[in-house]
Amino acid sequence: MQNRDMPLPVSGRWWRAGAIAIPYAWLLLFFLAPFLLVFKISVADPVVGQPPFTALFPGGGSGLVHISWDNYRFLFEDNLYPVSYLKSVQIAFVSTLLCLLLGYPLAYAIARARHPWRNVLLMLVILPFWTSFLLRVYAWMGVLSDHGLVNNLLLWLGVIERPLKILYTDLAVYLGILYSYLPFMVLPLYASLERLDPDLHDAAEDLGAGPLTVFRDITLPMSLPGIIAGSLLVFIPAIGEFVIPSLMGGLDSLMIGRTLYEEFFSNRDWPMSAAVATVLLLILVLPIMVFQRYQVRERAGVQ
Amino acid sequence: MPDSPAQSPSSDAARRLPRPWDNPAQVPFIQIKGLSKRFDDVTAVNDVSLDIFRGELFAILGGSGSGKTTLLRMLAGFEQPAAGSIVIDGVDMTPVPPYERPVNMMFQSYALFPHMTVEQNVAYGLRKEGLPRADIARRVAEMLALVKLGSLGGRKPDQLSGGEQQRVALARALVKRPKVLLLDEPLAALDRKLREHTQFELMNIQDQLGITFLVVTHDQEEAMTLATRIAVMNAGRFVQVGTPAEIYEFPCNRFVADFFGTVNLFSGRVAGNSGDTLSFRADNLPGVICAPATTCQTGDEAWIAVRPEKISLSKAPPAGSDENVFRGMVWDLAYYGNLSLYQINLDGGHIIEVSVQNRVRSAQRVAEWYDEVYVYWGKQNSVVLRE
Repeated sequence: MQNRDMPLPVSGRWWRAGAIAIPYAWLLLFFLAPFLLVFKISVADPVVGQPPFTALFPGGGSGLVHISWDNYRFLFEDNLYPVSYLKSVQIAFVSTLLCLLLGYPLAYAIARARHPWRNVLLMLVILPFWTSFLLRVYAWMGVLSDHGLVNNLLLWLGVIERPLKILYTDLAVYLGILYSYLPFMVLPLYASLERLDPDLHDAAEDLGAGPLTVFRDITLPMSLPGIIAGSLLVFIPAIGEFVIPSLMGGLDSLMIGRTLYEEFFSNRDWPMSAAVATVLLLILVLPIMVFQRYQVRERAGVQ
Repeated sequence: MPDSPAQSPSSDAARRLPRPWDNPAQVPFIQIKGLSKRFDDVTAVNDVSLDIFRGELFAILGGSGSGKTTLLRMLAGFEQPAAGSIVIDGVDMTPVPPYERPVNMMFQSYALFPHMTVEQNVAYGLRKEGLPRADIARRVAEMLALVKLGSLGGRKPDQLSGGEQQRVALARALVKRPKVLLLDEPLAALDRKLREHTQFELMNIQDQLGITFLVVTHDQEEAMTLATRIAVMNAGRFVQVGTPAEIYEFPCNRFVADFFGTVNLFSGRVAGNSGDTLSFRADNLPGVICAPATTCQTGDEAWIAVRPEKISLSKAPPAGSDENVFRGMVWDLAYYGNLSLYQINLDGGHIIEVSVQNRVRSAQRVAEWYDEVYVYWGKQNSVVLRE
């Protein structure tokens, strides 16, 4: 703390500049540059050839630029795209809500658990990550299929007479996403709940607030950053999720990831899929910006 | 106290009380009976009973792990006692949840709600009572004025200094006009100057509102200056309950004598107990120590406690009585401005501490390092302790 305000020696300043430059360089190289490439392709026209799209500078050094907005126009003319965007947002939104409803009590219980237990419980939340994601999705398919674990059990118990159709429905997609993304919700929630001073809870109770009121007035608002962080961590990957809907979803679970895949590999329409990807990115950037603004406002309130 | 008017002694409600704890007809305001609490295999509070009277500023003094905080949390209702009962103003509090008790607490950490402004923090308790908006605003403004925070109502707790946060916490706990205010180490987080100031402010506020205060602290100085009465707590039990002067001048055992201020202890045996004088033969000390007569028998093991400020120091043997006069050498000394502390190595090897008030302006000291000196004290200043 003491040497924080002291001027750093020149080598130290280089170190600091270097350390700050690394994440920027990373973002530039692996995010901005690829995005610009994708954007460039999205304003080209598809052609049969290699590469399968028109060049940005068809005239070579003549300075002629070829830009076409046809792909974006087509995105809104064919209702396949709006439908899959909406479906993606819907599935991601509902899954995020489910993760929150299940994850909040879970995170709260872990944060309130006694010390040796707390680490064990956290470990159990993280443990599934140690096996392959794909394997776990296949395992769920086994559990949910017509003659899978759930249906066989229910048949054996006599609760149902014919197997329930669970796999290849939206329900299966919700279950798959809920299962796969729950840790991303639980961990930030746990982090914000664990930091919560138990004295605040006692103080509110002391001032006349019953248990539910304490939760509404203190616990919930104080864990809002965790709720937002967890929701973004679930919502953003869920909206572009490809594996779960294509393996576990029905034909009508047409999420944007699958549309993108088909456009790219089946139709070989690179410019169209690039446009789909660009719009998807814009849809995702919006909630992140809202979150950023919220954080900035929070910090301004503190200082 | 630079900016608050001095209180005349007549407005000092607690001190005007004719010692209600000595009056058997007086009904206690808080009655704690046989209270116990265990955590796993640790007994935090062990069969504690206590009566506190209306308007008292009572302090529970103890080290860490003495059970004082657990006792406070049981009074607030955060912990359920394993046995015993708490009665406040005639109502048994044991089955009452914390949010329905007529008791408010000021937390050591202050526990201010960081997402609320100062005003919202103070108003919180009143809002939970469902008071009309106008009443809440009026009482919050009154309370903020009382703790001199009138202009900071719109700030968030993070934007306040430690002293300001402390006053918000006090205002928030007082605004509901509780029957009892519990204070957990109220001054621990403040620096020395601010502590002294705040201490007097707390006493003034208590006088003005007439609320019964119960302070828990590990700081004997804080307890002594604040409280009408003190309970010294150790290992889950009360060791001694009394006024600050009673506890300081008449400690009941070595723990209290030692915990409360500095004390010189002599171990030894009672050599004689006749008339009004007890004579005591201390280990490693030539001669006898005289003390007021007690119920001790000759030959009993005991201790003599003498406070450093009760001992006189001179370079020549004192004229007159040679009772409790011992020779020694200045071993160490420390100058504090208002007083000087001497460590005297007595003949026989016992090192005692003597404090001398510097009542005359002088660069000269009574004695210097390695001077031969005589220490002496009147026999009434010897406290005989049995345990």
